[in-house]
Amino acid sequence: MAGPRAVLEAWQDPSAAPLVEIRNVTKTFGNFYAVDDLSLTIYPKEFFSLLGASGCGKTTLLRMLAGFERPDSGRLLIGGEEVTHLPPYQRPVNMMFQSYALFPHLSVADNIAFGLRQEGLPRQEINQRVAEMLELVRLSDYAKRKPDQLSGGQRQRVALARSLAKHPKLLLLDEPLGALDRKLREHTQFELVNIQERLGITFIMVTHDQEEAMTMSTRMAVMNEGRIRQLGTPGEIYEHPNNRFVAGFIGAVNQFEGRVIAQNEKQLQIHCEITDSNLVVHCEHEITLGTPIAIAIRPEKITISTVASETIEKSENQLTGCVEEIAYLGDVSIYHVRVAPELLVEAQLTNSARRHTAPLTWGDQAWLRWKAEDGIALLE
Amino acid sequence: MASPFLSRLTLQLQQLQAGRRLVVAVPLLWLGIFFGVPFLIIARISLSEVIIGLPPYSDILAWSSQAMLTIRLNFGNFLLLFNDSLYFSAFTNSLRVSTIATLICLIIGYPIALGIARSRESLRVPLLMLIILPFWTSFLIRIYAWIGILKGNGLINNLLLWLGVIDTPLQLLHTDFALLLGIVYGYLPFMVLPLYATLSRMDHTLLEAAADLGCKPTAAFWRVTVPLSMPGIIAGSLLVFVPAVGEFVIPDLLGGPDSLMIGKVLWTEFFSNRDWPVATAVAVTLLALLVVPVMLFEHYREKGQAL
Repeated sequence: MAGPRAVLEAWQDPSAAPLVEIRNVTKTFGNFYAVDDLSLTIYPKEFFSLLGASGCGKTTLLRMLAGFERPDSGRLLIGGEEVTHLPPYQRPVNMMFQSYALFPHLSVADNIAFGLRQEGLPRQEINQRVAEMLELVRLSDYAKRKPDQLSGGQRQRVALARSLAKHPKLLLLDEPLGALDRKLREHTQFELVNIQERLGITFIMVTHDQEEAMTMSTRMAVMNEGRIRQLGTPGEIYEHPNNRFVAGFIGAVNQFEGRVIAQNEKQLQIHCEITDSNLVVHCEHEITLGTPIAIAIRPEKITISTVASETIEKSENQLTGCVEEIAYLGDVSIYHVRVAPELLVEAQLTNSARRHTAPLTWGDQAWLRWKAEDGIALLE
Repeated sequence: MASPFLSRLTLQLQQLQAGRRLVVAVPLLWLGIFFGVPFLIIARISLSEVIIGLPPYSDILAWSSQAMLTIRLNFGNFLLLFNDSLYFSAFTNSLRVSTIATLICLIIGYPIALGIARSRESLRVPLLMLIILPFWTSFLIRIYAWIGILKGNGLINNLLLWLGVIDTPLQLLHTDFALLLGIVYGYLPFMVLPLYATLSRMDHTLLEAAADLGCKPTAAFWRVTVPLSMPGIIAGSLLVFVPAVGEFVIPDLLGGPDSLMIGKVLWTEFFSNRDWPVATAVAVTLLALLVVPVMLFEHYREKGQAL
């Protein structure tokens, strides 16, 4: 998509050996398809995110990888070996639980040593490994504390240390930052990525927080109703969503429904019923005239001004409407402009100058403009 | 000086503390009237001498001729307990029987409690009801029922005879077996209920975490479930052990002549021998032997938890 890369990423390299292979896995609970004929391949050293709203099947998929749920059909392979029916205690996988699931009767050090003791490692080695892990999560001074004597952030780090202590090939993280407050969460995001890069362990993370997924992952899968709706790098998914669901789920977006009325070269002309206007959008594929289609445009790609542009190019769109709401967020301001009785368009303006008098206020007429290549044509 | 607001605040605080004291005072008062005072009466009798009369013991307080209040304490009753092997063996036998019965209750009760705690939500209450159901019948009647089951021409013997397994009735009643059976039967719910309470509160993801870290279900049971249910194990064991030591009805009805238990000795001293001082001395000693270790244990356990 974005020109040739210097280094081929694992998922683009046909010779790379996958670490996790999910092949046509289905899991139902009663009549409910939690995971529906899903296939996915994940490569070593990836930080992979499963993103979706609650009930989309992401946690079920993670629990199947851990071995807590068995798929109804399909296969799971880890490191080339079939694990579909292996119990959790025989899998080369560890999980960090959303609730952390720390053993309340054991100290921090004993929690971390739990899996190592079960393996029957010599005491010397266990102590050394525990010390390493404590250092990794910066909790060396807390080794003797019980979990209920720790703060939420400290508990989260103990949980991480415990799940990493056995040096698993694959670490599964179920909403690892869900219980932390915003400030701590942002800090911990970078810490997690750092640790992952340092140890070279593959991470698969489940999250409902798109920002978290975007910040941390190398690749992510957006899930809905037990299926993957789109798979790609955060950039690909944000800039090139390939269906209406993903476009709407990731970030803010304005969608204009319409029908194709003309196509020349790589530009589609679309008639939008609701605004009763013609819009243009860039499209690589050939589309039959009359096909229903949606144009998605991100708020930050729309420019907003108080005057109409005299010279509208052929590859530009312009709509006008009344400013209904302004949200000042500090770094940016968001404008809601009513371009049709039933359509509000969101546009974003960066507040780049400090002493800046807002050019627009409530009730003003505003002109919105964007280039055809900034819009996304969505067929699905 | 304190502002009116501050003084009002302190007044409210005082009222709050008074309220708190009241809340604590009610059970303390109850304990004082129905446990403390009776215990002092018992302790006083235990230090008196047996006489023929009504009541059948001498008063430890007496007015001597010079209008002087004298206290005569007789420790003979306690000495007797330590010198006469009857009491010593009755004590040790009670402790032995209660320990075995508590262990059996734990071994039977733990799987029951675990089973209920892990069953479907809708099944739990009916299952718990089944555990509590025997309480709807009088304790005495239930123990009597065991006589009918265990006696020479009772249910079990008749069944075995009819099946041809045996040709003469087995001596089941009035044995240590019947005694243990009775105690385990009677006190099992007291083991199951506190165990259920701790096990049902346990977070299931802890077992998933244990499995994830390489524990087979049995290892997870010993390393996670058992340590976490320790409060329930202790509470259940105390609830079975303590009353079982002083148990009188079951050894009297089901136990044999050899299964001497301290509760029965106490009863005999009190009602058959009319030796109130010795009977009360037994009661005081029993209390000291049971309550003091339990209190010490609780004290250190709380200290340990606070660390």
